[in-house]
Amino acid sequence: MPQAFHDVKLLWLFGDVLFVLFVATLIGRRLKQRRKGDTNRASVENVNARIRAWWKMCAIFAAAILLGRVGSLVLFGVISFLALREYMTLVPTRRGDHRTLFWSFFVIMPLQYCLIGLQWYVFLSILVPALVFVFVPTSIAIGGDTASFLERGAKIQSGIMVCAYCLSYLPALLMLSIPGYEGRDARLLLYLVIVDQMSGVLQFVWDKLIGKNKIAWRVSPHKTWEGSFGGVLSATALGTALWWATPFTPLQSAGMSFTICVLGFCGSLVMSAIKRDIGIKDFGIVIERHGGILDRIDSLCFAAPIFFQLVHYYFVP
Amino acid sequence: MNGGVHPIASLLAAVARGISGVQVQWAGCEPDEKQRIYFANHTSHLDFVVLWSALPSDLRARTRPVAAQDYWESSAVRRYVVINVFNAVLVQRGAMAQAKNPEEARFAARALIEQLAAALGTEHSLILFPEGTRGNGEKVEEFRAGLYHLALRRPDVELVPAYLENMNRILPKGEVLPVPMLSLLTFGKPIQVEPGEEKEAFLERAREAVSSLRRIGNA
Repeated sequence: MPQAFHDVKLLWLFGDVLFVLFVATLIGRRLKQRRKGDTNRASVENVNARIRAWWKMCAIFAAAILLGRVGSLVLFGVISFLALREYMTLVPTRRGDHRTLFWSFFVIMPLQYCLIGLQWYVFLSILVPALVFVFVPTSIAIGGDTASFLERGAKIQSGIMVCAYCLSYLPALLMLSIPGYEGRDARLLLYLVIVDQMSGVLQFVWDKLIGKNKIAWRVSPHKTWEGSFGGVLSATALGTALWWATPFTPLQSAGMSFTICVLGFCGSLVMSAIKRDIGIKDFGIVIERHGGILDRIDSLCFAAPIFFQLVHYYFVP
Repeated sequence: MNGGVHPIASLLAAVARGISGVQVQWAGCEPDEKQRIYFANHTSHLDFVVLWSALPSDLRARTRPVAAQDYWESSAVRRYVVINVFNAVLVQRGAMAQAKNPEEARFAARALIEQLAAALGTEHSLILFPEGTRGNGEKVEEFRAGLYHLALRRPDVELVPAYLENMNRILPKGEVLPVPMLSLLTFGKPIQVEPGEEKEAFLERAREAVSSLRRIGNA
């Protein structure tokens, strides 16, 4: 919507992001030229890949904000679709799951996005957590194959939860109507993504600087208690400093940021555990050209629905 | 036939590529104008459309799938798609098994090889699924003998192995509606019948050439 151009604070927020990304890209270039050692090159390449992914995310969020309500729903719907596709490809399923999977892709996910668009929040809150919870095992049972029945149901249910339910709360943020904050919801989306992504970066930085005690080295070999605390606290500070862009007071912004950071931590830990279970390091590695969406949204997927619900509960009358 | 591709074929190829999100890798050879027989594992109706669509467009027009007559002639739509749209070579499955005596079986086998050799002609390539039927994707089944005899009959044609991965999860046997998962297609290094090589040894080697291209150890 063109009204995004009239929102000076949104432009400032976006400008800050672009500036930081620009500087990060330059630093990444320099590092690439300087580092010749093999171990260092791998981690520099990793950082550069992350920076490239952020540029893409930036483009996606800018497009979502500019496209308006329907456009952003379609855009995030496509991302959900690609994420679910990646997930279902890598998670083993059986022949008997075929029809259940068909429904997940072509009925449940579009329905979820329709409900977001209609802002039918009561239906929304039971569709995936309750109705799909009933539908998935029933439909697998009708398929007749009972081998690892519970496991298969749980895998499909989790996939729909993460890729359709959780992700769909990102465009939902663009539709909140907070008194005195109309037409500025785009800032909330940006706020969530900035705090969440910076929390990941800062946890990484603190891990490198002061990390000692591993949290679960089998799941995520670099995550430490010190790094995670440092990351969560410093990203909370950053989020608090962004209060001017939100409908929150500085104190409320601190609480929101803290929640986002902790949930982001949970999200990336859980997604790492899933990856270990399947036996891959990154979702993007097996399927080079298409992959990697789940690697990027891992920390957002838990934070998005809860951030939305908090804002909806406390700020929308 | 003359260099042209049916518009529906291009459309179906685009749809199949979209649904299967196929990622193609030429691991043992490059796309080439040489006459070739692409032979692959078979788990889904998508197989040949996806393999066909993975070829550069100038090669597509000259590459024909080999399909089972009994299945594809059983309805008018199937018949139209396979003959008019994809210019397929329809072969009679199990003619040898149905033959009353060895003489008749040998005759049927020879007729089949002659038919395929004629279909190759001087410019066409073929897509062949030597397992003869769609499997469940767990292992590559034993190959039928046609590949061996055809290779002897046309030694000038290159034999390119290919492995299609995950197609059985996208559109398994017996399902009409696809689930859009991602898939992989790998082309391997061309093989040929070695001088004096026995039929069984060659067929096993060909099967191995296909199954060794599997990229995900998805047991």
